[in-house]
Amino acid sequence: MKDLERAANPFGDDKILANCGIFGMMNCDGRRSGGQDIIKAMANMHDRGNGLGGGYAAYGIYPEHAEDYCLHIMFESEDARRHAEEFLHHWFQVALTEPIPTRRVAGVLQVPLLWRYFVRVPSLEAGGRPGADAGPSAGGAQPHEAPGAAGTGSEGAGGVSRPDADDYVVARVMEINTTVDGAFVFSSGRNMGVFKGVGHAEDIGEFYRLDEYDAYLWTGHSRFPTNTQAWWGGAHPFSILDWTVVHNGELSSYGANRAFLEMYGYYCSMHTDTEVLAYAVDLLMRRHQLPVQAMAAVLAAPLWQDIDRMPPQERQNHTLLRQVYGGLLMNGPFAIVVAHGGEMVGLRDRIGLRPLVAAVRGSTLYLASEEAPIRLVAPELDAVWQARGGVPVVGSLERGILEGSQPVPTSGLDRGQVARAVGMH
Amino acid sequence: MKSFVLNDFIVERDDRRCIRCQVCVRQCSFEVHRYDAELDQVLADEEKCVGCQRCATFCPTHALTIRSSPREFRANANWRPELLMDIKRQAESGGVLLTGMGNDKPFRVYFDHLLLNASQVTNPSLDPLREPMEVRTYLGAKPARLRYENGRITGDMPPQIQLETPIMFSAMSYGAITYNAQLALMQAAQELGTLCNTGEGGWHPDFRKFRDHVTVQVASGRFGIDQDYLNQAAMVEIKIGQGAKPGIGGHLPGEKVTPLVARTRMIPAGTDAISPAPQHDIYSIEDLSALIYALKEATGYEKPVAVKIAAVHNAAAIASGIVRAGADVVVIDGVRGGTGAAPKAIRDHVGIPAELALAAVDRRLRQEGIRNRASLVVAGGIRCSADVFKALALGADAVYIGTAALVAMGCTLCQQCYTGKCAWGITSARPDLAKRLNPDIATRRVVNLVRAWTREIKEMLGGMGINAVESLRENRLQLRAVGLEDWEMDVLGVKGAGM
Repeated sequence: MKDLERAANPFGDDKILANCGIFGMMNCDGRRSGGQDIIKAMANMHDRGNGLGGGYAAYGIYPEHAEDYCLHIMFESEDARRHAEEFLHHWFQVALTEPIPTRRVAGVLQVPLLWRYFVRVPSLEAGGRPGADAGPSAGGAQPHEAPGAAGTGSEGAGGVSRPDADDYVVARVMEINTTVDGAFVFSSGRNMGVFKGVGHAEDIGEFYRLDEYDAYLWTGHSRFPTNTQAWWGGAHPFSILDWTVVHNGELSSYGANRAFLEMYGYYCSMHTDTEVLAYAVDLLMRRHQLPVQAMAAVLAAPLWQDIDRMPPQERQNHTLLRQVYGGLLMNGPFAIVVAHGGEMVGLRDRIGLRPLVAAVRGSTLYLASEEAPIRLVAPELDAVWQARGGVPVVGSLERGILEGSQPVPTSGLDRGQVARAVGMH
Repeated sequence: MKSFVLNDFIVERDDRRCIRCQVCVRQCSFEVHRYDAELDQVLADEEKCVGCQRCATFCPTHALTIRSSPREFRANANWRPELLMDIKRQAESGGVLLTGMGNDKPFRVYFDHLLLNASQVTNPSLDPLREPMEVRTYLGAKPARLRYENGRITGDMPPQIQLETPIMFSAMSYGAITYNAQLALMQAAQELGTLCNTGEGGWHPDFRKFRDHVTVQVASGRFGIDQDYLNQAAMVEIKIGQGAKPGIGGHLPGEKVTPLVARTRMIPAGTDAISPAPQHDIYSIEDLSALIYALKEATGYEKPVAVKIAAVHNAAAIASGIVRAGADVVVIDGVRGGTGAAPKAIRDHVGIPAELALAAVDRRLRQEGIRNRASLVVAGGIRCSADVFKALALGADAVYIGTAALVAMGCTLCQQCYTGKCAWGITSARPDLAKRLNPDIATRRVVNLVRAWTREIKEMLGGMGINAVESLRENRLQLRAVGLEDWEMDVLGVKGAGM
């Protein structure tokens, strides 16, 4: 996609406005389940979208390629695919190339070419280029295959450390998206995938055959844009590496957020609130290594009147976060579900203007714009509540379910199974 | 020599209303009014009138109207009456024309060409009477990132100043303004939770008790500076230049250097107090850096050090250098900034508007990735809460007000500050005039003004659906231009209305 700005924002608006329905579900014991539940939930929230965008993120779906980065790429033409593949073979060891499996669905039209590539970062010492191309001969990743043994070390292929490999992948993804005409990478994480397009969310789920994938963590989004043409890349989730964001809301702070992020090298080419949210999460959690609670305390900061009454250590933490990252305060109504390998976070704006319902059944955490879709897929719930403004609700393979930093009691969490899942993700 | 200068003003007295109380005679410090007992009439020497409206304000029967004199020559769009009068004054005196307050020429006021946004439908506006609205501001350099370990957030945090409103009082020295006027500003700053700047006239011992709300200035005259001066203040500001007279120094004549002023400035009474045009130890950016770090060393790295420059053509590049030289705060003073005394030719023709300089500086610092390393304060021409609001959206962390605070006390911008005859007791040199300003009432007026503006800022924030001022800063998308050229919108970084 050479001209991202034009594709994403044909009318040159300040940004693209969109209101939405969001959903997230995570089995915190690592148990994987198919996509039919989240499709059902998104169908229930049909009226929160208008058919101009739907999408999903699924974690744990590529266990036999768990150490490879999986790039999902949409192409406008075969030419674009050829150019992008030349680029990929130049910069990566490509372990597997295949079309993303889809089925025909009545409501999903004008489908771009959809391919996925399992790639490894070559040893940077070897000149930043792979010696050989693994080619598309290795067996494809099929939905519903048993989880394979996957490495858990912090080293990627070729002895490149994980942070370096991550940065390498981010840079290449940005490069494709801004220089390769007609190609757009919409998923670039490991053992996870983003599936999105133009259509109602439930149709997009059927189209991508999500019922055939097994994931321990699903997020979904249906979109109600008010000022954009249909463009497949503009649907949610927004992602970089295995970080994904689905978002419902409208940020009045967008201009301030964007200006702040420019300081850190993020250029907001998509003109959406979601993009600045995704970059903010990336900056705070991946690059600056801050925990979920600190991320929440920046995006949806507590009021000064509350900070001033906190115990000294807490007060100092919050004061520092607001002083330094004040430009990332997301002002205006929003509810988001952020996910990355092993963790799902729900967060509402600081004064709770946009809805976000949290619910727990067994070891499964649900997050949604409404209670109804949760009840539809899990009629019996152990607990259900409106998330409080600025207080993150966290599902984690390692730490179970938390509200803020307080554990939420869960039934049926098998620690042994969790340990295996943690090793796997 | 017969003077060919015509009156600036006409004094109209309604004789049916006048009760001969002679309040006007006593109030006029320029000796316009006099009572003729024989005629039982109050007469006026109109050529002395400066249009300060002191008499009209205090006349108990509203018998007085002070009007601009039409001075109608043959119409000439080029040779305006003001120019003719200036020429005649200089032909008679041979001197540099002096004036006070800020540039009064009709250069474009960019604030008046910017309109604000508000929320409709897709996000709710917020009601400041029901929802918290946060305007707290921290001035000082910020690190690029924080770290987390064992429940603690840590980072290399330079000293910060907490402001409860993003409005501060700009540098006005004791000497330029009266003891009571400076006292009022300091009391107001304390009550409002903001800062008042001493200017370069030293820091009177009586005012040391306001230390947490005082910025001290280090300017070219270095008046009144010692270890305590620096260490007792909340912030230290190096003054390179001032919007009203970029590149020009100052001169407080010996007759205004009273024993009290002399003690405060640490100079002998009755001697001229000369502020050189440049600081003679700063002839380059590395010299500035040396002074910044000398001041940081002297204050144990516990005070932010600000550097104030006049808005000039390449302000963006200069500001970048100032940040790299180690300043914690950069102050940009625009062409409309006020002064106690300046050559009229300088005041009216040197410098650029604060709005353009601010936008350019903010953008440059962000492009260079150093915007976090200094706070940005803008001064010079902030007239109302909307100006403050627009300045924040253009990238300012806070603003300085000077003229507006003086107007709250009584000032009417008659531009006679340099004469020492201020009828309102704000800039007067004469004790009988200086005592006219009641510091407690003046404090009340200034506090009321800033509170009112802060409330209005909260209303505007709420209308946009924003409840914290940091979400307004640099948020130029909340501004739209009307009636500006493309290049002006480019500099400001804003779109035209309807775009």
